[in-house]
Amino acid sequence: MTAPELKINDLHVSVEGKSIVKGFDLDMKGGEIHALMGPNGTGKSTVASALMGHPKYEVTSGQALLNEQNLLDMAVDERARAGMFLAMQYPSEVSGVSNADFLRTAINGRRGEGNEIPLMKFIKTLDKRMNMLEMDESFAERYVNEGFSGGEKKRNEILQLMMLEPQFAILDEIDSGLDIDALKWVAKGVNSMRSENFGCLIITHYQRLLNYIKPDKVHIMMQGRIVKTGGPELALQLEKEGYDGMKAELGIKDDETVEA
Amino acid sequence: MSMQLKNLPFDAEAITNFTKNRNEPKWFSEIRLKGLALAEELPLPTPEKTRIADWNFTKFNVQTESDAVDQLSDLPEEISTLMGKGDQVGNVLIHVNNSAVFDHLSQNLKDQGVIYTDLATAVREHSDLLANYYFKTTSIDKHQLTALNAALVNGGTFLYVPKNVVVSEPIQAVYYQDAPEAGLIAHTLVVAEESSSVTFVESYLSDAAAGTSVANIVNEVVVGANAQVKYGAVDEFSDQFVTYVSRQANVAKDGRIQWALGQMNDGNTLSENATNLEGDGAEADIKAVSIGSGSQKQNFDNYVRHVGKATKSQLLVRAAQKDASNSIFNARTKIEHGASGADGEQTQRVLMLSDQARGDANPILLIDEYDVVAGHAASVGRVDPDQLYYLMSRGIKQETAEKLIVEGFLAPVVDLLPIEGVQKQLTKLIERKVG
Ligand SMILES: Nc1ncnc2c1ncn2[C@@H]1O[C@H](COP(=O)(O)OP(=O)(O)OP(=O)(O)O)[C@@H](O)[C@H]1O
Ligand SMILES: [Mg+2]
Repeated sequence: MTAPELKINDLHVSVEGKSIVKGFDLDMKGGEIHALMGPNGTGKSTVASALMGHPKYEVTSGQALLNEQNLLDMAVDERARAGMFLAMQYPSEVSGVSNADFLRTAINGRRGEGNEIPLMKFIKTLDKRMNMLEMDESFAERYVNEGFSGGEKKRNEILQLMMLEPQFAILDEIDSGLDIDALKWVAKGVNSMRSENFGCLIITHYQRLLNYIKPDKVHIMMQGRIVKTGGPELALQLEKEGYDGMKAELGIKDDETVEA
Repeated sequence: MSMQLKNLPFDAEAITNFTKNRNEPKWFSEIRLKGLALAEELPLPTPEKTRIADWNFTKFNVQTESDAVDQLSDLPEEISTLMGKGDQVGNVLIHVNNSAVFDHLSQNLKDQGVIYTDLATAVREHSDLLANYYFKTTSIDKHQLTALNAALVNGGTFLYVPKNVVVSEPIQAVYYQDAPEAGLIAHTLVVAEESSSVTFVESYLSDAAAGTSVANIVNEVVVGANAQVKYGAVDEFSDQFVTYVSRQANVAKDGRIQWALGQMNDGNTLSENATNLEGDGAEADIKAVSIGSGSQKQNFDNYVRHVGKATKSQLLVRAAQKDASNSIFNARTKIEHGASGADGEQTQRVLMLSDQARGDANPILLIDEYDVVAGHAASVGRVDPDQLYYLMSRGIKQETAEKLIVEGFLAPVVDLLPIEGVQKQLTKLIERKVG
């Protein structure tokens, strides 16, 4: 298998008629980890939602190719089955559906009819992954995200990531709301996925997570597009100078900022 | 208002013969005749927003019989799958076309004075006891359908749990209709005396072979002081059955009832569920789920009346409406004067799965006391697009995702049913009706 590839060219996205993302470019390959940082309201989650296919987010122009297939032509579930995954900033709760049933349905959805995962194998894998994330086994039978604390929801997103083994994952603020131990478990989970066949885009506000999951590239997004790309040192610089420093350096004026 | 009972399968003479053949005591025959007279006089009920004038409540065969069977394996598969697994026969009573064909109650429970038998037997063998409870939580003259039930009753169950007896295993009743036009006119009594506790689960099924018919069901539950009753039900009559089902409970001081109702008929249905919290500290937990499909019309009235002080009720109704189905949901919480410290909460949620379907949820609070807590929530909506997106983003197809959401939405009642076979029945039914 050749390493997977995600190519995003000049993506423009509107939400409810308002233009939010204005010319977003990104190239990623399997084996790479990228970080995406930027001020609140700058369009990071919008990029993620548009790539996953949330019906509210309208791609007005541009391209997104996964292994040279047009992602934007696919329905949400097709994108997932093609290899995309999004750990959401605000995951939904689904009452009455157990986490285990949900995961098994999702896995079998990918594998297709006649090729379902054997139940014992599923349970074993689930146990192992939950262990790694230090999740109590009761979470398998609990309803999807219902009554989960903020941090538990985030860990549940990573559990799904590890169970579904996509080619590309976008982790949208997976570190927000995590305590310091949970942050390490989540990082351990993501690092365990690292391989030539897996690429990951980490959206975060804090450099701290990047100490645990070392990115190959760091992108800074402002006003709907990537304005600067660098190595891990860029995140450190940002931590020191803040976005004002960065704006000054890049000559970006505040009044253009997308209204939050 | 007078009415024409042109289709009524019985007249006074026929009823006199019917009751004689069944060796029924005088008080019971009198109730039948009184029921018949009232049925000719009384109007049909007038459920809000559902027109039932042209529903068939009277054309059916009242006299069908089936032979007893020696073992469960002789029964149709639809029935045997409802039984708990394993060699151990549970405490069950199985009715086929209005005859009790199989029954089992553990010796241990018999020794403790528990009575579990079909109504026809109870009328003969426990006449005095039965007379204390028959038509006491609801009245014969409520409307034409209760009167018809009194006149024509041909099935039902009597469960009696004496004072202080705690029944730990569930008690199960199954009704199955498959003879042509076999109508089920059933009356069930569940009596839990002071400080006793019991779990009762009933399933109603019919085969398409029964064709056009009627189910008229009146079930009464008497919860004694400090007693606890868990009452589960799955209704699964086929689409040509018109169903009237009334489930009524009276709860004495510090008693508690939990209703878990899976109302999954395919035909037109009129359902009345009422709980009277008579004694101080009495409690009720009511959970009911339903799915409307095809062109069926349904009306569900869930009523809780708080009479005693510090009485508590929680009512949860969840329903999904498919195709061109039409359902009305009324939840009524009444707090009487003097019921200080009462707490009544109700929630009704209806999920619309089609543009042609109709669903109305009407919350009604009637409060005649100051020092109480009461609340209601009612909503009619569609599948949450964010939930759908979330499931689909994991690779689950839209259709499957919708099914998961709807099944999950209806899960609260499934989870409460204490018999695995019945749980599976409801789960499978939900899957079939949603699918
Ligand atoms: N569903 C929506 N409806 C209306 N406005 C939206 C919606 N989604 C995003 N927006 C708007 O688009 C802009 C970008 O939002 P987005 O969530 O992409 O920002 P972000 O970069 O992820 O910010 P944060 O760091 O705070 O998560 C914001 O102004 C936001 O209010
Ligand atoms: Mg965001």
